[in-house]
Amino acid sequence: MAFDYDQYLRPGKLPHIWCPGCAHGIVMKSIIRAIDREELEKDNTVIVSGIGCASRMPGYVDFNTLHTTHGRALGFATGVKMAKPSLNVIVVAGDGDALAIGGNHFIHACRRNIDITLIVFNNNIYGMTGGQFSPTTPHGKLASTTPYGNPDYAFDVVELSMGAGASYVARGTAYHAVPLTRLIANGIAHRGFSVIDALCTCPVTYGRRNKLGSGTDMLLWFKGNTVGKKIADKQPEKAEGKIVTGVFKQDEKPEYCDEYAKIIEKVGSQA
Amino acid sequence: MSEKVVFYQGNEACAEGALYAGCKFFAGYPITPSTEVAEFLARRLPKEGGAFIQMEDEIAAMAAVIGASLTGAKSLTATSGPGMSLKLENLGFACITEVPCVILNVMRGGPSTGLPTGPSQADVMQARWGTHGDHPAIALVPGSVQETFTETVRAFNLAERLRTPVILLTDEIIGHMREKFTIPAKGEIEIWDRPRPTVPPEEYKPYDTSEGIIPPMADFGSGYRWHVTGLNHDETGFPTNIPSLVEPEERRLMAKVTENLDIIEKYEYIEKKGSKVAIVAFGSSARSTRSAIAKAAEGGINVDFLRLVTLWPFPSHVVNEMADKVDVIIVPEMNLGQMIEEVERSVKGKAEVTGVNRADGEPITPDQILEKIREVS
Ligand SMILES: Cc1ncc(C[n+]2csc(CCOP(=O)(O)OP(=O)(O)O)c2C)c(N)n1
Ligand code: SF4
Ligand SMILES: [Mg+2]
Repeated sequence: MAFDYDQYLRPGKLPHIWCPGCAHGIVMKSIIRAIDREELEKDNTVIVSGIGCASRMPGYVDFNTLHTTHGRALGFATGVKMAKPSLNVIVVAGDGDALAIGGNHFIHACRRNIDITLIVFNNNIYGMTGGQFSPTTPHGKLASTTPYGNPDYAFDVVELSMGAGASYVARGTAYHAVPLTRLIANGIAHRGFSVIDALCTCPVTYGRRNKLGSGTDMLLWFKGNTVGKKIADKQPEKAEGKIVTGVFKQDEKPEYCDEYAKIIEKVGSQA
Repeated sequence: MSEKVVFYQGNEACAEGALYAGCKFFAGYPITPSTEVAEFLARRLPKEGGAFIQMEDEIAAMAAVIGASLTGAKSLTATSGPGMSLKLENLGFACITEVPCVILNVMRGGPSTGLPTGPSQADVMQARWGTHGDHPAIALVPGSVQETFTETVRAFNLAERLRTPVILLTDEIIGHMREKFTIPAKGEIEIWDRPRPTVPPEEYKPYDTSEGIIPPMADFGSGYRWHVTGLNHDETGFPTNIPSLVEPEERRLMAKVTENLDIIEKYEYIEKKGSKVAIVAFGSSARSTRSAIAKAAEGGINVDFLRLVTLWPFPSHVVNEMADKVDVIIVPEMNLGQMIEEVERSVKGKAEVTGVNRADGEPITPDQILEKIREVS
């Protein structure tokens, strides 16, 4: 039976603002299926975002939704989670939102290991503002503010998350929507801070400028240029020059709200 | 809990006042001269079933406070100049989304890092206009340790009743000085909670004003799923740029303040017989003013005194009436002239307005004010 997205979409809120060929919608669908798979209750689930094309996603889905300021979603989400730890908190963010203006919040959320699942809609560009380079725009690529090629170097979201202390780290792509669903679902199930680097596409600003073809061409590129983590580990030669996808880290590590609950339990009686 | 007499700093009184008002969440980032509030609540909140978190910066702290408030937890953050500047974008978010919260700014000197340990009152205009765009502003300016407590309680009550952020504006002197004061017994001061919806979830519209200009607010996780956005939105909470929907909402945000002056405005007006001079002051400058006025009276000069407890909205109508009686209004403030502009605007040329200013990190002394009184009398 076909998956019933309608049960999670807010009536009357479509069409969305995304351009034809934009992959943000594919990632949204993966998130919806992951939430369904983990059987999260709508009333107990909060989806938080910052500002950007990706950050418009919460408006379309029927949960407690919070569309905040550029880069700050994790700060808001941390307050929500700390004040009511029983809520499931999911954050969606663009690459610029999560890693440039929100970079400080990103590394500290990783370090704190608070039970929030972050999905980075990583399209290597500032889509909403018309195609300026982002912290994940590859070196040399064109953007409206790197007209002669990007002199800057990109963050690797996976390495950054692991280094900063996130306890679940995965990477998927919008082409591989089914595995992406699994990676997100595992992140939701994981108790601690989870980061899913969801590679997607902005054909309108990034693709066009760098002559990467249509939205479909850009998605198909993922097919030929990624390799699963398990294969990459066994046969490193197969991963050469390719992007590795899969689960990179899944550690049991005390979660922040659990640790704080222990403090409350210890000192609470002393009131 | 029964009444309790303590010897507290202003900052501690703020923290205690927050707990009295039902504060369950604090997020902050250390900065002199406000840090004692965070330290106090780091100890106390977990004992009272609340939560404390030190965030990575003031931007995140302000964000966390709004997030926590959306779950229904009364929330506080505390900071000073540089940190207040960082909070401003998210303060505007709280204004437009109408999320109650309280922000303490213990003013210190200078722009930028300025004088971290020196008092100042130079954030008067920032408190009103700091965040971008038209927005409502409430700023309370307690003048003693006891009043820091009561005004903190009032700040929470106003934030909840009006669904808007409220700024508590103290200064290094008020924040750090110790005074004996009484923590009132529980129930002695009325505590307000935000209006919550009574309609069934499927009928809930988060910005529905059919029952009044303060729409009921549902807690995240309470069964009312709603959308919160910093974009201009309609009564359903979803973004809109339809002019006929945008402006009424912008005006309503302002009206929440202008139509509730009876509960927001607060001042002390001490009128003397036949005085031709009046002083408008707040915070620690008001303390110096009080001594100056007493000294002036000893020398036979009567001076009226308007001490503000609410700075924003500014009580223009009160100042305007004062100008009918007196010839000169003196405005002592620890800055190079901010509130004085509001006073001038209010008197509409009916009286002379003159400042006593200081921006060297030292408090304005009673003698400085006395000298001015003599000069203009
Ligand atoms: C404080 C602030 N600075 C800048 C902006 C302008 N702005 C809006 S979205 C955006 C970048 C969005 O890029 P990304 O996060 O990658 O999301 P995408 O649109 O690509 O999905 C910027 C710079 C803003 N809204 N707020
Ligand atoms: S600008 Fe790019 S990221 Fe934004 S909706 Fe269009 S295609 Fe998607
Ligand atoms: Mg992007």
